[in-house]
Amino acid sequence: MDLYEYQARDMFEKHGVPVLPGIVATTPAEARAAAEKLGGGVVVVKAQVKTGGRGKAGGVKLAKSPEEAERHAEAILGMDIKGHTVHRVMIAAGAAIAEEFYFSVLLDRAERRYLAMCSVEGGMEIEQLAVERPDALARVAVDPLVGIDAAKAQEIVAAANFPEELREQVADVIQKLWGVYKNEDATLVEVNPLVRTEDGAIVALDGKVTLDENAAFRHEDHAALEDKSAADPLEAKAKHMNLNYVKLDGSVGIIGNGAGLVMSTLDVVAYAGERFGGQKPANFLDIGGGASAEVMANGLDVILHDPQVKSVFVNVFGGITSCIAVADGIVGALKALGDEASKPLVVRLDGNAVEEGRAILAAANHPLVTIEETMDGAAAKAAELAAAAQ
Amino acid sequence: MAIFLTQDSKVIVQGMTGSEGMKHTQRMLASGTTIVGGVNPRKAGTEVEFPADVTVPVFGTVAEAMEATGADVSVVFVPPAFTKAAVMEAVDAGMPLVVIITEGVPVADTAEFFAYAQSKGTRLIGPNCPGLITPGQSNVGITPASITGPGRIGLVSKSGTLTYQMLFELRDIGFTTAVGIGGDPIVGTTHIDCLEAFQNDPETAAIVMIGEIGGDAEERAAAYIKANVTKPVVGYVAGFEAPEGKTMGHAGAIVSGSVGTAQAKKEALEAAGVKVGTTPSETARLMREILTGA
Repeated sequence: MDLYEYQARDMFEKHGVPVLPGIVATTPAEARAAAEKLGGGVVVVKAQVKTGGRGKAGGVKLAKSPEEAERHAEAILGMDIKGHTVHRVMIAAGAAIAEEFYFSVLLDRAERRYLAMCSVEGGMEIEQLAVERPDALARVAVDPLVGIDAAKAQEIVAAANFPEELREQVADVIQKLWGVYKNEDATLVEVNPLVRTEDGAIVALDGKVTLDENAAFRHEDHAALEDKSAADPLEAKAKHMNLNYVKLDGSVGIIGNGAGLVMSTLDVVAYAGERFGGQKPANFLDIGGGASAEVMANGLDVILHDPQVKSVFVNVFGGITSCIAVADGIVGALKALGDEASKPLVVRLDGNAVEEGRAILAAANHPLVTIEETMDGAAAKAAELAAAAQ
Repeated sequence: MAIFLTQDSKVIVQGMTGSEGMKHTQRMLASGTTIVGGVNPRKAGTEVEFPADVTVPVFGTVAEAMEATGADVSVVFVPPAFTKAAVMEAVDAGMPLVVIITEGVPVADTAEFFAYAQSKGTRLIGPNCPGLITPGQSNVGITPASITGPGRIGLVSKSGTLTYQMLFELRDIGFTTAVGIGGDPIVGTTHIDCLEAFQNDPETAAIVMIGEIGGDAEERAAAYIKANVTKPVVGYVAGFEAPEGKTMGHAGAIVSGSVGTAQAKKEALEAAGVKVGTTPSETARLMREILTGA
């Protein structure tokens, strides 16, 4: 889960990382009040979106008075930045910046440990810096069993060529940022820019934090950080039913078991769909290992309520669960849904007890159900049916 | 031969007495796995009865189980919150191979127990994986053994169900070993580890490698294949249609920026001489052509 900048700011503050005062606002009036609360002087109005490049898009503006903050908030709220609508702004206290630096710590999947990256050239896009001036970006491996202790923090600031007189101060902030990473179960903590203000303070001006959702069980407070308003209503409904669902833009609804198989199903449908006017998958939905009638019914319920769906492809490999149970599940689900099941279903079963499973579906002889023997054949059929219904 | 797991492997189950552990221990026994014990400190000294008159003793610790049985493989079915402690215990006991089935382990825990296992010489497989199977000999994890048989193909995959699909489609040719390495951002055994083991296994004639979006494991595997693997390799990559930034079931299957796309992985594999199928069935056909000419 990616956090908004204001959430990252609050989290930094909680762990002792120096930040500037900042208040989140959802209306221009709130923005004005926030600017007044911050002393009525210079503030920065910052769009809160989970994407980069908001400065270039006009989503970050300096305001010299609360009135100006209100006007800027009015312009920024509702703005579209790379497909993200701005619902909130952060009113941040202004700072006199002397220098901009960069720091991040993240999961290094390839090396199976953590990686700290640091540069005395902050502010710009770090991907650009990494490509154009790789020497300016220090990369320091972090052992998961040790973390960033005082010695490691010193190693990082030395590798990044910080001037002697700043090293201790920056290293101290880096250790606190490691505290955020470690204690909040983050997979990314990034500060860009980390600044030195004209009065000599080191401050995290803009932060990005990604939290590990697998660790939610030991962080009860993380649930409150989730942005429920941004979720698609069908995704919210599926989540409520404990279904692993992601809404996409196409016309072929997909239900399958196992994340890899379902991802593969999306690809196979798009590939087959090329021959039928470019039909694409409408969603990702993984019903997991035990495809019970109830889970199947819930899955069909979500997918059939997506108006973009014109046909449904049920792709199940009977592994531990036999195809008999899967076929019973589909028949039961269709019965439970009754008239709500209104779109053609293409079913492909394979694996454990496949003949018996197909026989159950054939015997039920449901008018909406087509049985296909192969995944490729079923994908083509589902795409064909979706094209015919448009 | 086979890799990592043979008929001589002696397996203990951490979390055997839980509902998942019980169910899968029974299935593993039915597929011929030699299960010599379970571990649960609260039930130490008891025995669990399974069908066909099999009794499995429960030990208080992994070390006691190893001492009493000579176990050399542990399979972990404990819930995510307790997985780190379970793996650390097995590593401390000197277990050579630990297979972690549990889904939903915090990645910081995996990073720690992987680093610890590496320092002590324990091989980990998983977490969030179906385990591994050497058909006809042993099956550790949750792979349905009945869908396939022994043979000449080695398989390594991030995805459980795609592993099953491939095991099923090529069941007539059969497999030496199939390893489900898991879909988490950090896994104990990588594609490369398996490719190396299959290359060195005289009974493996060809290798199927199944990858998916996220990370650069497939690109690294491609480079490894080009430099080190002389056996034919057939590949498949899932996730061409997955949108950037969305998690699709596997915590590792998430594309950020231009890194980790299915297209990049496919191109890297093809550049290394790997034949990459567009669909799982086409991938199986490519393997069939190589091994049978049909």
